[in-house]
Amino acid sequence: MSTNVTATKKVKNPSILFKVLRNPMGAFSIAWVLLLVVLSIFAPIISPFDPNKTDIYNTLVAPNAEHWLGTDSAGRDVLARLIYGSQFSLETASVGIAVALFIGVIAGLIAGYFGGWFDTLSNWTTSLIMALPGLVVILAAATVLGSSMWIAMAIFGVLLSPAYFRLVYVQVRAVKAELFVDAAKVSGLGDFRIISRHVLGAVRAPVIIQTGVIASIAIAIQSGLLFLGLGDAKEPSWGSSLADGFKKMYNMPTLLAFPSLVIAITTLALAIFANTLRDEIESVDKGRKKTKAGAAVSNAPAKVEVIVHADVARDAKPKLLDVKDLAIGYPDGNGGVKQVVHGITLDIRKGEVMGLIGESGSGKTQTAFSVLGLLPKGGRLVSGSIVFDGVQLSGATAKDYDAVRGGRIAYIPQEPMSNLDPSFSIGTQLIEPMVKVLKISKREARARAVELLERVGIPNPALTMKKFPHEISGGQAQRVLIAGAVSCNPDLIIADEPTTALDVTVQAEVLDLLRDLQAERHMALLLVTHNFGVVADLCDYLNVMKDGQIVESGNVLEIFQNAKHPYTQSLLNSILEGGPARGAYVAPKGDN
Amino acid sequence: MSPTNRPRGPQRFGFDSMLKFTIRRILSGVVLLFAVSFVAYFLLHLGSGNVARNLLGVNATQADVAQLNEQLGLNRPFFVQYTDWLTNAIQLNLGDSWSFPETVTESVFGRLHVTLTIVGITTILAALVSVVIGVLAAVRGGWIDRFVQFFGLIGFAVPGFLIAFFLVQVFALQFKLFDAIGYTELGDDPSGWVKSITLPVIALAFGGIAGVSQQVRGAVKDALEMDYVRTLRARGLSFSRVVYKHVMRNAGGPALSILGVQFVGMMGGAVVIEQIFAIPGLGPFAVSATRATDIPAVMGLVITTAVIVVIVNLVIDLLSAALNPKVRLS
Repeated sequence: MSTNVTATKKVKNPSILFKVLRNPMGAFSIAWVLLLVVLSIFAPIISPFDPNKTDIYNTLVAPNAEHWLGTDSAGRDVLARLIYGSQFSLETASVGIAVALFIGVIAGLIAGYFGGWFDTLSNWTTSLIMALPGLVVILAAATVLGSSMWIAMAIFGVLLSPAYFRLVYVQVRAVKAELFVDAAKVSGLGDFRIISRHVLGAVRAPVIIQTGVIASIAIAIQSGLLFLGLGDAKEPSWGSSLADGFKKMYNMPTLLAFPSLVIAITTLALAIFANTLRDEIESVDKGRKKTKAGAAVSNAPAKVEVIVHADVARDAKPKLLDVKDLAIGYPDGNGGVKQVVHGITLDIRKGEVMGLIGESGSGKTQTAFSVLGLLPKGGRLVSGSIVFDGVQLSGATAKDYDAVRGGRIAYIPQEPMSNLDPSFSIGTQLIEPMVKVLKISKREARARAVELLERVGIPNPALTMKKFPHEISGGQAQRVLIAGAVSCNPDLIIADEPTTALDVTVQAEVLDLLRDLQAERHMALLLVTHNFGVVADLCDYLNVMKDGQIVESGNVLEIFQNAKHPYTQSLLNSILEGGPARGAYVAPKGDN
Repeated sequence: MSPTNRPRGPQRFGFDSMLKFTIRRILSGVVLLFAVSFVAYFLLHLGSGNVARNLLGVNATQADVAQLNEQLGLNRPFFVQYTDWLTNAIQLNLGDSWSFPETVTESVFGRLHVTLTIVGITTILAALVSVVIGVLAAVRGGWIDRFVQFFGLIGFAVPGFLIAFFLVQVFALQFKLFDAIGYTELGDDPSGWVKSITLPVIALAFGGIAGVSQQVRGAVKDALEMDYVRTLRARGLSFSRVVYKHVMRNAGGPALSILGVQFVGMMGGAVVIEQIFAIPGLGPFAVSATRATDIPAVMGLVITTAVIVVIVNLVIDLLSAALNPKVRLS
């Protein structure tokens, strides 16, 4: 929705139309439609012959110098009929579009703005219209209303009005939900001005795109109806030329080919126009240049000196994960790379809980994804190395990575609900990876899954196995995800804000569960968080991240007593300010 | 509604919820059919002021017109006529045609199977091809993605009947591989049947494939961005396994619903295609009924088409619900 809103603001800028024109396909489509408009306006001047002048001595003449496209079965000039036909085709198609626009936009505005009964009625009408093919409805209407193409196209307009209706309706809802309409109301603007200013402005671009699409369909349907014999066969039109050509298809294929070509080029031009406009509007938002491998980094800030609190005891322990100079970037839309993590170095020792703290946008989640080798689309390692238990993971093949994920490195996500596949039962989602990673039978995996669910505190695990994600609570879903993460006995779990999306009471229980599981399975844990409370609760060691760089690292106790970087100090102050530290929270039994 | 405080009554899943969903959908389909039949009957009768006059021509006397109105029952109140029609229609009696020698039911049922054969085969073909090229476009990207998008544009924009003309010229008239006109029953001559339906099916399938493959591409791309895809991969499942098991199942719902929309469009497109290939389906019947102001025939055609659309949409809804249990709650 918001993309449409921004898109419209940009269409006011004439450069969008200019961009459509600069695109060869776009230029062709606009030129073709303009040509048709000129032909239909000046048909009497341009056309070499009267389109209705029959000449029984010169029927079915092949294209020649006098009759460029030949003559039809009544000796009429084909070119003249097509030129005059463009007038008829464009005019009747315009009737359809005008009717669709009028009904769709007005009904959409009313239904979207006022809601209520009109809303329901419109949706019902829409599903009623969708229950029959448009062509059948027009044919049925022609039975009683007569076979005028103007009426047929007006009915077509009614049938296609839901396309505009939905567009306007959705946009009105979106704009209405935004605060500025409320603000405008408070400031005393009337309803009419609110609608005209914000909504009609916002739907302009999508409506233009939709009109191209509908015009294309209108030309197609209209030609089809005329071909079927609806309308006046004497009146020059593309469809009647088509019908005439079809009758002579065996003797003179060109008679069918010319109107076919004109219709096909027109419908294509209109669809291409709509498509190009949409692409150009979208590329304004996204940037269009592709970023190739090894492209230059467009932003690389000066390196920050990391404040390291020496920890001799920790240095003696073996490293499980060793990340050096890791930089992560995304395409910037102009052929370059926008870096989000700027060369960070960190390590995790065996069995350790390491906290990675920073505010949102600091690059901590990107760091977590890069260790898993699962950066979002477009994301890439610009430089640096990731060594896990002696194996280089940066640049590893998909197959090598598949062997590490699940069994050696596991992941607990932030938002529990969206991280379970809605189409499969909880049990299936737990069993499938275990069968693959641990190479055990389905039956064994099922037994293990029930045990695990029991262990993470799910009441009635056997029943929960059969449930689908939407049938359990968020707290339970997070427990299921934790069960899934530990199910294949990993050495390292990466938990990305594992409690942020949960209710406060459930948070404490989930943290307890994580701590217990970590201790009893001797796993290392990389805990990504923005919450110093969570760090204090669980972590042994801490890295503080800001704007894609690590600014301070050290033992948690050391940092709590002796934070040196101003950013770390401000994070600490934000939880310690105002009164004495609270005692440990004792959670009630059972989540929510 | 926050996921953590959803009301938790007795949990319903599996067969029970599917049965309820099915019943709900059947009921709403029946209501829709009543609505369609009422609106269609009302509009057809509203518009048909002078049916008897039209049927008899300008030279008929006033008495003849009155007699024909009496005979056709057109002088009765609207509601009487409608309930009469409805009562008969429910017993599969669609009345007497005004222009064909057979009853409307005979005419429609004698032709329905031909149209259904062609549209049905086209739908299945469109679904299969669309899934293959749509998934490839979404997963592979690159040239195949550009091809699918380009094809989608052409298939959407160029009307099926123009594609039919082209196919007839090349494959029927030039190379004589398939029939240009006519329909051979499968039971009479299987190879003749294939020859007679190949070109109509391809002409009709173009638009369907264009629409459905774009939707499959979009739905697969959307599903690939979902959080659970990352989580499943983090559990050690390979990319292809996640795509073919999880992504495709989740993309199935949106793809199926557009297939339903395309099916409705193909029922309309079949009218023109059948006319071109001189196939004795509902299309030519619709055209001649329209020309003859044959209101009972048109009404029978409208309600038959609506019944088929409702049934197809019901099947599609049930398939969606089978794929994704969350749909059953809507």
